[in-house]
Amino acid sequence: MNPSNSMPPRTIATDGDGFSLHPDDLEAIRGELHHFEQPQAACVEALKIVQRREGWVPDGAIPAIADALGLGPATIEGVATFYSLIFRQPVGRHVILVCDSSSCFLTGFDELRQGLVDQLGVEFGQTTEDGRFTLLPVCCLGACDGGPALMIDQDTYGPVLPKDLNDLLEAYP
Amino acid sequence: MSDRRKALRYRSRILQSEDERRPETHPLTWRLHDDGRVVNLEDYRAQEGYEALEAVLKGDPKAVIAAMKEANVRGRGGAGFSAGLKWSLTLQGGDMPRGYLVCNADEMEPGTFKDRLVMEQQPHLLIEGMIIGAYANNSKMGYIFLRGEYVECAHVLNQALAEAREAGWLGTDIAGSGFDFDIVLHSGAGRYICGEETALISSLEGKRANPRAKPPFPGQSGAWGKPTVVNNVETLCNVPAVMLKGSDWYQQLSGDRTDDGGTKLYGVSGPVQRPGLWELPMGTTGQEILELAGGVRNGRKLKAWLPGGASTGFLIPEHLELPLDFDTVGKEGSRLGTGLLTVVTEDQSMVSVMRNLEQFFARESCGWCTPCRDGLPWVVKLLQALECGEGEEGDIEMLAKLAKDNGPGLTFCAHAPGAAMPLETALKHFRHEFEQGIRHPRRAAHADPIPVGEI
Amino acid sequence: MATIHVDGKAYEVNGADNLLQACLSLGLDIPYFCWHPAMGSVGACRQCAVRQYKDEDDDKGMLVMSCMTPAADRTRISIEDDEAREFRASVVEWLMINHPHDCPVCEEGGHCHLQDMTVMTGHDRRRYRFRKRTHRNQYLGPFIAHEMNRCITCYRCVRFYNEYAGGEDLGAFGANDNIYFGRHQDGVLENEFAGNLTEVCPTGVFTDQTHSDHYTRKWDLQFAPSICHQCSVGCNISPGERYGEIRRIENRYHGEVNGHFLCDRGRFGYGYVNRTDRPRVPAWRSQSKDDPVELDVDAALGHGGSALRAARRIIGIGSPRASLESNHQLRELVGADNFSTGISAPEQAGLERMTELNRTCGLPTPSLRDVEAHDAIFVLGEDLIQSAARLGLSVRQATLARRHDLASKLGIPTWNTDAVKTHGQDRLHPLFIAYPSATGLDPVAVRRHALAPNDIARLGFAVAHAIDPAAPAVDDLDSDMAEAARTIAQALKAASRPLIISGASLGSTSVLDAAGNIARALARRAARGGLMLVRPEANSTGLALMGGHSLEWALDELTGQSADAVVVVENDLYDRAPRDRVDQALAKVQTLVVLDHQYTRTLARAHLALPSASFAEGDGTLVNLEGRAQRFFQVYDPRYIRPQSRIHESWRWLHALGASLHRRPASDITLDDVTHGCAEAHPMLAGIVEAAPGANFRIEGLRLAREPHRYSGRTSMRADQAVAEPRPLQDPDTPFSFSMEGYSGHGRPRQQVPFAWAPGWNSPQAWNKFTDEVGGHLRGGDPGAKVMPLIPGHHDYAGNLPDAFQRQPDRWQLVMMARLFGGDETSSRAEPMQERAEPAHLTLSERDAERLGVSEGLPVGITADVGEVVLPVHVDPGWPDGLAGLSGGIGGGWANGFMVELVPAGNRHNRPAGAGEARPWNG
Ligand SMILES: Cc1cc2nc3c(=O)[nH]c(=O)nc-3n(C[C@H](O)[C@H](O)[C@H](O)COP(=O)(O)O)c2cc1C
Ligand code: SF4
Ligand code: FES
Repeated sequence: MNPSNSMPPRTIATDGDGFSLHPDDLEAIRGELHHFEQPQAACVEALKIVQRREGWVPDGAIPAIADALGLGPATIEGVATFYSLIFRQPVGRHVILVCDSSSCFLTGFDELRQGLVDQLGVEFGQTTEDGRFTLLPVCCLGACDGGPALMIDQDTYGPVLPKDLNDLLEAYP
Repeated sequence: MSDRRKALRYRSRILQSEDERRPETHPLTWRLHDDGRVVNLEDYRAQEGYEALEAVLKGDPKAVIAAMKEANVRGRGGAGFSAGLKWSLTLQGGDMPRGYLVCNADEMEPGTFKDRLVMEQQPHLLIEGMIIGAYANNSKMGYIFLRGEYVECAHVLNQALAEAREAGWLGTDIAGSGFDFDIVLHSGAGRYICGEETALISSLEGKRANPRAKPPFPGQSGAWGKPTVVNNVETLCNVPAVMLKGSDWYQQLSGDRTDDGGTKLYGVSGPVQRPGLWELPMGTTGQEILELAGGVRNGRKLKAWLPGGASTGFLIPEHLELPLDFDTVGKEGSRLGTGLLTVVTEDQSMVSVMRNLEQFFARESCGWCTPCRDGLPWVVKLLQALECGEGEEGDIEMLAKLAKDNGPGLTFCAHAPGAAMPLETALKHFRHEFEQGIRHPRRAAHADPIPVGEI
Repeated sequence: MATIHVDGKAYEVNGADNLLQACLSLGLDIPYFCWHPAMGSVGACRQCAVRQYKDEDDDKGMLVMSCMTPAADRTRISIEDDEAREFRASVVEWLMINHPHDCPVCEEGGHCHLQDMTVMTGHDRRRYRFRKRTHRNQYLGPFIAHEMNRCITCYRCVRFYNEYAGGEDLGAFGANDNIYFGRHQDGVLENEFAGNLTEVCPTGVFTDQTHSDHYTRKWDLQFAPSICHQCSVGCNISPGERYGEIRRIENRYHGEVNGHFLCDRGRFGYGYVNRTDRPRVPAWRSQSKDDPVELDVDAALGHGGSALRAARRIIGIGSPRASLESNHQLRELVGADNFSTGISAPEQAGLERMTELNRTCGLPTPSLRDVEAHDAIFVLGEDLIQSAARLGLSVRQATLARRHDLASKLGIPTWNTDAVKTHGQDRLHPLFIAYPSATGLDPVAVRRHALAPNDIARLGFAVAHAIDPAAPAVDDLDSDMAEAARTIAQALKAASRPLIISGASLGSTSVLDAAGNIARALARRAARGGLMLVRPEANSTGLALMGGHSLEWALDELTGQSADAVVVVENDLYDRAPRDRVDQALAKVQTLVVLDHQYTRTLARAHLALPSASFAEGDGTLVNLEGRAQRFFQVYDPRYIRPQSRIHESWRWLHALGASLHRRPASDITLDDVTHGCAEAHPMLAGIVEAAPGANFRIEGLRLAREPHRYSGRTSMRADQAVAEPRPLQDPDTPFSFSMEGYSGHGRPRQQVPFAWAPGWNSPQAWNKFTDEVGGHLRGGDPGAKVMPLIPGHHDYAGNLPDAFQRQPDRWQLVMMARLFGGDETSSRAEPMQERAEPAHLTLSERDAERLGVSEGLPVGITADVGEVVLPVHVDPGWPDGLAGLSGGIGGGWANGFMVELVPAGNRHNRPAGAGEARPWNG
């Protein structure tokens, strides 16, 4: 989820954070190239690789990935800002993706969202002050029979009621 | 992990037990374990696994297409297009390069949670289906386009792909047939539109997921301009059994409920007693499925239901008697879609539900064509206004017009028509609820625009 | 051909078109945004909906996007259909939801496609009552302003910039209704064709920043059909003037030359016309040491005449940046024997070789449109994007066109742009380049061979030999070169239309001979190929056809005192010859008459300085690199706003000076007189008369208007000087009026269109109303006339093969590197161009840099007979050892082929001098 969904989007990147790709990441990106006819196809995975290490895709990573794939920076930025699971702003240590689609909406999304907002003190698109959680909405998680559902990092939960949140969040320091 | 947390963990499951599921009647799920553990290569092999492929590889690829056409396996991704027919239109031979077979595992349609089950628990069924499909379509490479959030699926699929490769089901000279084919798992990075088959191809190529104009169809010029077949997970999972047991068997799976053969992964979500997933004969009625789900939660009454995801039209209780197949539902101003029902109860506001649905479609628009990109946000704003009693005279007509203008053929792809259909049907069945949000006559102009929604 | 039925009427159309294109070609209006005549259809905006019926019996039909529907035979559609109209109205309404409605302050206003379409669809009431989303804008450099809120998300900008022009730094970002078109970070748009965004964007997102600084509405600009003077391609332009200044330059559609697009040098390089230091009145001094005094015309001519009468012998120095008429009139004044072209001897030798090759090699010179139809191209010694940018853009299209061939095999129509691209992928028509440094076309080339000039020539000779064994062979080629030659020859032989491109950039006649041999070899095979030779300046081709002595000859005549008076026309000698050499020559001169529109160092030394008209104030004829004579017309009369100014075309001055010299009454002379005189005097140039209609041309008895009919304030513009309403100026030279009176419609076909406007079509898309079919030719015929016809070729191959290049221990061979921005004499005087130009530098190979102990950016002194400059080093890994690359346009007589010494300048100069030193106005 692009944190920009409820904020003005981040379309203007600034330069000069002295970013360079980690050698392992560069190798991983090069490895991806074997799977496809054209290097551009590795672009989404390359962004994910960087994000796995950095938590997000810093501005400097855009030209760096562009170089690695032999493409222009605008192409990479175009892809990076299109996909919702690529973060072009820093996120917290843990990202909470709350399903806001129909089935969850019908089974208590509003309450769950309110519970999270109360508990964390942030709205969608924001990160807690301690840098622990970023709260984002997400498309139907495919867990509709377990709605309302949410995902914290790699783990999917549902149904989750506001009263469950304490227990749940505790596991993500 | 605390027990409490463990209990909250979401697990994909089928609500039929092992005893209920038989090879002859449940081709998609009969091998699944009650405890949900993965059907690994050994399990799968022991239960007819890869036998269809072995048989197919000995024969003519054209025969596979013929059998698929005869079985009339209709696409389970939502559009219901015959897989056999699609395959027969894929360009091959002559100086045509070998192309790709892409499995659409992007499952993001709100209310849909079926493909996840197969991928998490029975990956080899999909893999076998893909290899057979590749053989029929002369594809040189397969991709599973998996949505990024399906972490568990990715894990299981990768393991299964490794197993299959190790066992010689993937790679060069598969099972001594001389046929080469391999599969790469591509995991996406979000955005519902990636499920639209041409947008999916754009995304696979590492581009912004804008759909592509048809014609040319992917079978003529798809991924990297090569002939490309895109099929849904469930569609491909039907292939091995059809090959093994024949199209007649497949046809009679649905008995005389409908002309569409086979079984379907049906499900229910929303405020029902027992939301879940079942493999049932094609043409099972909404009533039967709702009963399996134990009816509406807490004794409330059913108000409306979506037969197959957010992009299908609303049906009302009187439609529960209809067999849920592709053609019947189509006649009622809706679509079968993915066949997973979403239930709305009498105490829930249709305006709010609609606002929620349209927010989804507006947000997930790729931004390529105007009606979808700029029309849907207007729909959202109007619904928000109605929802909070800020509606004006004419808003409903405007919504109807916007729905109409986002209909099939007017937008670049089927995303916006998917947003239009629930809106049109909601306005048809529940217009009074929308009318309640109108408190103002149409005003000439606004000194200060109404600050509805995100600013 | 196909018959289609539109609202019940049958029409004949081109069945290969889409319906939108077909209908627009018929003159029927369908609104559209994302479609563009040069970029095809993508079906994104949904503005072009019409109703299509299956057959005669179908009375329901369905809405389709006309741009995505083939104009197949028997197609039946309705544009007028109510539902189609309503849908189209809805589309504009959606597009306007977030649009700021800032037309009054928007620079697009008045030539805005979005305005036109909004009016066309009848959307005039806002019903959306919620808030608009807003964007931030970016800094995109000195040429382009950015206002993203106006965007309607048609995707044209990125499609042009990335696909058509090959740029990499403009993209579409974000998703849903939050899409942003810009750079990944603020910064100068790098592509050399970025300026076209101002016309490609249907609204005011990308506007002309240079225009912005002195903005005027389109309808308040005065235009004339003009020709770009900034290189030899000769693109057709519409300069717009207000208050005696050129305010912007727009593309003027030409079906064979520039089509819809210009390069940024041509579009943004006009600022020299507006320089405040331009000579505007005659200046005289009898002694070089005196200060010049300003004179009126008669006095100036009187002084000039008597000074020249006193001379023993007068010679004239012309200029390849001046019109044929001005050069001719100078030649008339001084006599053919005393006329120098003002071009250095080696360059002139090259030009003559090019003329000969173009005429005799057996292959025609293609137009730019034709270039795009060639299917294998070999470029020898040119970096086209720098030396003839618009041609480079056409070469790019030629390579991409292979996709059309591939797509058509699958039945994908050419206009289905994205499908064509997807299907073709990176399968392109072969392009080979031989040039020492990276070029802008490398991304679409099979291979670039980084070679020294001699080796480029040898490669070319080898290619010719590989095509035709009768062509001289190249001995001792190394295996890589031999292989390369075979590969290139193969590709050229396999092509149905091979194209050879070379030119003057490297100053090597051997390279030209090599290109000529390939052309001859292909011609002998009866290939339908072409030969295109790039000349250095706007009128180099024309001047070579006219002929004359070299610049060196002229300087020698002066230095040796065999002539004591010289008339120099629009030529800064210091730019073309070493300073000492010019100083020596001028020191001996008794009378130096200089005519120029720029305050040059040569003009600063003149006894008599006469203020010439630039292209904006004068008329004349240029011959472009394909031998197309093209007339440019005066845009405005400088006296209108500045009555004190005495600017005239050089040819007019020269005529008057001649009269004064011979004590004849100064009779009037008109453009037609001079053009005819020139044509008569030079049989090779006989065709130039046909380049444009003469002054008597009228449509419906009317002159052609230079001003749009809504032009405002013409009579009040000079109210600060006098309130009497002035009579509109009369133009004896051309068929154009200096007012809005006259013909400005599109109904009567005409070649010469000062500005494109048609009712309801204010934007540049109005050109569609002037063409026979959209993207075709002007209905009145594309302007200009070809001179330099092919004559039955002799097939004698050039034989004197150069030796392979050997690098020398302490000396480097100089290579002048063409530079689009900052590389030509006039446009580099324009401020935004100076901001955009990269500082001049010296290119060296990695090994040579190491040898000298310098690295990127460090200053190096370059010494040759002409003097010394100090420039920062650019290390180019692929650059051949032993060559020193010098940025073009630094003046001072630096030229190809010099052997130079290089000395690291260390701390001697902290701030490397360069262009700034050679050209004081840059400093
Ligand atoms: C907006 C949109 C989203 C879609 N999402 C999916 C999806 O997530 N999974 C899927 O299988 N099909 C999806 N489809 C349908 C596909 O375009 C396509 O019809 C399908 O993958 C074909 O496979 P099938 O014939 O096996 O059903 C989507 C269609 C649209 C218009
Ligand atoms: S910036 Fe201009 S050209 Fe680009 S999408 Fe927006 S309106 Fe179209
Ligand atoms: S011009 Fe046809 S859809 Fe844009």
